[in-house]
Amino acid sequence: MTATQPSSEIAYNSAMKILVMEDDREAADYLQKAFAEAGHTAHVAGDGETGFTLADAGDYDVMVVDRMMPRRDGLSVIAALRSRGNTTPVLILSALGEVDDRVTGLRAGGDDYLTKPYAFSELLARVEVLNRRASARESETVYRVGDLELDRLSHSVKRAGREITLQPREFRLLEYLMRHAGQVVTRTMLLENVWDYHFDPQTNVIDVHVSRLRGKIEKGFDKPILHTIRGAGYMLKGG
Amino acid sequence: MALSLPAIMKTTAARLSALYFLLFALCAVLLVFYMTSLSARMLTAQTQDTINDEVLGLARAYQRGGLPLLVRVVENRSRQPGANLYLIADTNGQILTGNVQSLEPGVIETEGWTAEPFSYQRFGEGELDRLRSGTADQGTTTPPSGDSSAQPAGEKGHNAIALVLRLPNQMIMLVGRDLGEPERFRAVIKRALMLSLGMMGLGGLLIWFFVGHAALKRIDSVSDASRRIMGGDLTGRLPVTGAGDEFDRLSENLNTMLARIAMLNEGLKQVSDNIAHDLKTPLTRLRNRAEATLAGKHKTNDYRQALESTIAESDQLIKTFNAILMISRLEAGYSSETTSPVDLAATVSDVVELYEPVAEEAGVALEATVPDAIVVNGNRELIGQALSNIVDNGIKYSTGATDAPKVRVTLERVGNEIKLAVADNGHGIPDDSDRARATERFVRLEKSRSQPGSGLGLSLAKAIMTFHNGRLDLAPANPGLSVVMSFPARETH
Repeated sequence: MTATQPSSEIAYNSAMKILVMEDDREAADYLQKAFAEAGHTAHVAGDGETGFTLADAGDYDVMVVDRMMPRRDGLSVIAALRSRGNTTPVLILSALGEVDDRVTGLRAGGDDYLTKPYAFSELLARVEVLNRRASARESETVYRVGDLELDRLSHSVKRAGREITLQPREFRLLEYLMRHAGQVVTRTMLLENVWDYHFDPQTNVIDVHVSRLRGKIEKGFDKPILHTIRGAGYMLKGG
Repeated sequence: MALSLPAIMKTTAARLSALYFLLFALCAVLLVFYMTSLSARMLTAQTQDTINDEVLGLARAYQRGGLPLLVRVVENRSRQPGANLYLIADTNGQILTGNVQSLEPGVIETEGWTAEPFSYQRFGEGELDRLRSGTADQGTTTPPSGDSSAQPAGEKGHNAIALVLRLPNQMIMLVGRDLGEPERFRAVIKRALMLSLGMMGLGGLLIWFFVGHAALKRIDSVSDASRRIMGGDLTGRLPVTGAGDEFDRLSENLNTMLARIAMLNEGLKQVSDNIAHDLKTPLTRLRNRAEATLAGKHKTNDYRQALESTIAESDQLIKTFNAILMISRLEAGYSSETTSPVDLAATVSDVVELYEPVAEEAGVALEATVPDAIVVNGNRELIGQALSNIVDNGIKYSTGATDAPKVRVTLERVGNEIKLAVADNGHGIPDDSDRARATERFVRLEKSRSQPGSGLGLSLAKAIMTFHNGRLDLAPANPGLSVVMSFPARETH
């Protein structure tokens, strides 16, 4: 898998313990295997009750929860865990993908929402970004990746000490990429987090934005820093 | 009708008839009972009044002339035709004078009104046979009164009520009145009531049967027609007689419903045909590629390439599928929870900003004229998606322009509508009917078949506009095409 090769390098340092709540045996097995290939450990719960028990007892980095499960549905499991003080990031998987379904899912305590059918590369990228160890970056005021530096307070960007002028949207795009440096960031994740839209754009709008940004932060510097991960998305990574 | 009773009882008309008949009968019985008892009470009261008057008269005679005058007056009155009952007896109950021959025992022993009507016999009544043979036994024979001639006296005699008094000399006086007349009157009323109620009941039953039968026939014709329609003939319609009654209104409503169902069904059929075409083609391509890759001997890199294009193709399929689902959910209606005030101006700026690099790369000038703020009720995500689909189309189709390709987005308030227009200067869609078809699902006009896309962009935008109680119109822009999203303006408070 092209998508998982670069990320598994990173994942080596940040192997995650993932709990997958999914009642479809085949889908669960596939997820377990795919997560293992990406360097993570995944446990599978086939129904809501088992999922709740495992999540309540174990210390997981991320949970992937199917919304419709036997014995107890995903949303009520999440709500119950949240009310018990469990703050493990949750990605909800659902066949329901409407705007209000997403809203109810996130309201129940989910941190991200992915509609079936999905590409595993998309799921993996989202799960890695959700990893709570990564979210520590949220509070930093200056992001540094290689020789690239972004000051969130003064809105200035420098590479190798040289000032780079960015448009406001380009700044937010770079900010998001730097916050998740070393992680794969998909096009839909960028559209969601930088533009706050959740639909599939028909054309490669995001690619063009990224390539513009790349032009600004790579032109005149010898080393590439913003990498395209084929079949998945982008990753910002210092040399 | 060759229907068995249980089958008849299954019809609403018969059930209703039975129910009405029962209720009617109950009312009739109550009415008869009430009328007869009321009339009986009235007659009794009248009888008592008459007796009271008599007693007053007799008391005056007693005061004037003592017992002898009283006896004379009593004897006198007893002889008059249709006379009341008079009786004077001594303290032992021995009858002294009057027109009563015998009484039920015990009647004269208690003073006051007799509690119950009692039976008695007048003088001479037992001797009727002898009277007929001409041998009247006593001079005191009372002339046969009306009732005794109409009704030959049986052993049971007649019924009467009476007032029993004790004279100052302890003798007993009884003044009474025969109940024959009131009783006959009561019987007549009762018979008349029974008869008329019976006639009314029968008439009601007949009328109900015919009315119910007519209604039943109408319902049967409706259910026959619906059975035909259920059988698959969606063009069938329920009969409308033109009478404009409830049945016609029902049939008309059901017909409108059928028309809508037929339309939806037609749409569904068209969509499934289109799905079959537009999903089968890429699926076949996918399958063929996999098969071809498996069949030949390839290098690892070839396998990788084949798999990558397989993934890309299935992603496109998923997108198409999601769009179809979204359109049908939007058409099925949406919960109002998902709408809130949306700043259209901000949405336009967002989308234009999102597409600006793509436009620039394609050599298309993307311009926007946006007022400060225009707010509509809606869903920001959906409006953003609709607008980006339209802008996306505009950029694609303006590239064929003879002048410098250009896409203009304008947002303005026109009357009580808010119009968001995206106009390109490409070839447009010259043909009116083509333009009308452009928003139908999967329709990709021949010239655009070569362009990438699912053919669902405009249909999704249209579904989104319908969801917002708005419209999506396509108009020629000379040159090019103008796609106009019209939102109803919010009420300003």
